[in-house]
Amino acid sequence: MKKHLLLGAEAVAAGALDAGISGVYAYPGTPSTEITEYIQKSPEAAGRGMHTTWSANEKTAFEAALGMSYAGKRALAAMKHVGLNVAADAFINSAITGVNGGVVLAVADDPSMHSSQNEQDSRFYGRFAMVPVIEPASQQELYEATIRAFDLSESLQLPVLLRLTTRLAHSRAGVTRATTRSENPLHAEYAPERFVLMPQNARRQYEGLLGKQKTLERLSGGSSPLNRMIPGTGPLGVLACGIAFNYAMEAKKTFDLDISVLKIGQYPLPRHLVEDLFARCETVLVTEEGYPIHEELLRGWFDDKNIRGRLDGALPRTGELSTGLLAEALGAKLPAPAQGSGIVVNRPPELCRGCGHRDLFEALNRVMEGFDNHHVFSDIGCYTLGALPPYHAIHTCVDMGAAITMAKGAADAGLRPAVCVIGDSTFTHSGMTGLLDAVNDRSPLTVIIADNDTTAMTGGQDSAATGSRLYDICRGLGVEESRIRTILPLKQHLEENMAVLRQEIAYDGLSVVLAQRECIETAARKKRRAGSKSANQ
Amino acid sequence: MQQNIIVSGVGGQGILSIAAVIDLAALHCGLTIHQTEVHGMSQRGGAVQSHLRISDAEIHSGLITEGTADIILSVEPLEALRYLHFLSPGGRIVTATETVVNMAGYPPFELIEAELLRTGSPVLVDAAALAREAGSTKTSNMVMLGATAPFLAIDQEHLESGIMELFGPKGEKIVAMNIDAFRKGLAFSQQSIQQTVL
Ligand SMILES: Cc1ncc(C[n+]2csc(CCOP(=O)(O)OP(=O)(O)O)c2C)c(N)n1
Repeated sequence: MKKHLLLGAEAVAAGALDAGISGVYAYPGTPSTEITEYIQKSPEAAGRGMHTTWSANEKTAFEAALGMSYAGKRALAAMKHVGLNVAADAFINSAITGVNGGVVLAVADDPSMHSSQNEQDSRFYGRFAMVPVIEPASQQELYEATIRAFDLSESLQLPVLLRLTTRLAHSRAGVTRATTRSENPLHAEYAPERFVLMPQNARRQYEGLLGKQKTLERLSGGSSPLNRMIPGTGPLGVLACGIAFNYAMEAKKTFDLDISVLKIGQYPLPRHLVEDLFARCETVLVTEEGYPIHEELLRGWFDDKNIRGRLDGALPRTGELSTGLLAEALGAKLPAPAQGSGIVVNRPPELCRGCGHRDLFEALNRVMEGFDNHHVFSDIGCYTLGALPPYHAIHTCVDMGAAITMAKGAADAGLRPAVCVIGDSTFTHSGMTGLLDAVNDRSPLTVIIADNDTTAMTGGQDSAATGSRLYDICRGLGVEESRIRTILPLKQHLEENMAVLRQEIAYDGLSVVLAQRECIETAARKKRRAGSKSANQ
Repeated sequence: MQQNIIVSGVGGQGILSIAAVIDLAALHCGLTIHQTEVHGMSQRGGAVQSHLRISDAEIHSGLITEGTADIILSVEPLEALRYLHFLSPGGRIVTATETVVNMAGYPPFELIEAELLRTGSPVLVDAAALAREAGSTKTSNMVMLGATAPFLAIDQEHLESGIMELFGPKGEKIVAMNIDAFRKGLAFSQQSIQQTVL
């Protein structure tokens, strides 16, 4: 059997392709981006004419996946953990309507916050929505579990949440693929009693969802290959969720620990397997790559003293787990820690040399120097690096779209000037509605859209709207024509750009400044592609 | 057999290509591979690293435990030191000597060199010069892979076919240049091993 070296994210993609999806709907976000990119580049996607283009945000993505399912076909939705906050309304309610064609939502969490604002645990959303949650531990398992998740989704008529974390999403291992299933035929049925969530329907559907819960637990038990006991004879046991299983097994092998390990990769937690673990062991270490969700459940209010984990300090409360952390918590004698070097200094990421964001911040900083209040509200993207030295140009970054709305709220409070910087992709993701609020309230706000023609931070995916389309959107939302200005962020335009920024900040109303210059990385990539094409011709 | 390798450098130096070549080579040798990568924020000129584990048996964890790395292969000298606490007592550092200074407080090279020399017999490579000889400084990463090759559990032939497979889509010229860079690194390393033995 041919082995493919796949990232965890790619294994999910391969699984979805082989499960016969008709579309992937996603918005980029580390560490989930490669799921969609793998499908976009796959020969299958081209051959089958699947839907693979990026959605404007995670909510539109998930809703489209639900629509495809309504029409009878299978759909994969993919996003990073904070993306599920955006899609949560659709996701939670899709558990009430249920699905037709299989729907799997692949969410990639980022414990230790390698590239994120927080380390929220998506398994909470699974519990919240009361749907099955799958959390495989290896690339091969991810591949197989994705296919099974579509089966599960169709047999239960529920969306299935597939959770992966950074280390699994971004590590490569060999995967063998099975044969591809065919897609579902188009098959849309009228079912307003399910899909019109007016109270009388919603109540009945909700009862139905509650009624399925016993089945979900049963499915997590005996029949799921993701949940199983690796018995030992010692008094110590490990409840190993998701990728923590790998660390438990590595610690067991390296330090020759006689422990029982209960591998958990499907939720709700299978009660009888957990009871079996507690019956075997005096003390159980609960290991979860994320929040101590199940540890808290198992401890209950009266704090079971036989349970160890993140809540009693046996493991750190935050951050990723590792073999070393588990081994130590299990009492293994670790060798003395190797000496690091005392002279190493941090190397934070930075804006590329030649990036247009640099020229924008240079101009903005000079203009803002003239004010007592230097506050610049901003957002998430490469331009967030403007918060670091040498620029220190922006002072907030909270959630996608918040640049405009926070600046508006501050302006409402009386802060002058109220200035914000937002990227093109972030603007179309969640900035447009905030801009409409500002139009309606005639807020004295200067919105700078840093339009580099791409979604750069996550690797240069297509943005939903750039260039003149951004102008049209702002115009359409009601920003005055004369107050939409365009600048070219280049060194030689510094004086001009400063003048435009000064004028618009001085204006006591709503302005938009479009700072438009293509990302140098994207430009270089395009050039390379054009070059290799002509070389091949 | 099991080998733990940390590949390190600065975002944009081609760390992932080094890992990819070793991956492909190991796969062709029938070995089990586990390799972590860094994507996202850090790729913008930040510190990037890849944990690479190859074995003829099952590998559970993709992450290397501190104090157990057999090799640190770095394309930048300070980045080699960043992962020093991962190095096993008998482990070896193979690093390029050219510094990338894109932050404040970068220590003087003499200090870095002294720290590197404390680790026994590191192989310090002027990868940029060798890469230039091969035709492009972009091939520094393959020079470093070559310089590490004598210590890897995978033979030269398989590594070279890994290079051909990875760079193949970019055309013959690119492949030849990268093979040349790899061989220059390998020759340098073999020579410096001989010198330490003498
Ligand atoms: C809700 C949510 N979805 C996705 C992300 C991941 N993400 C962070 S920055 C970014 C791209 C922003 O692109 P753009 O606004 O065009 O700025 P650029 O990086 O191009 O400067 C994305 C997708 C996130 N942080 N939050």
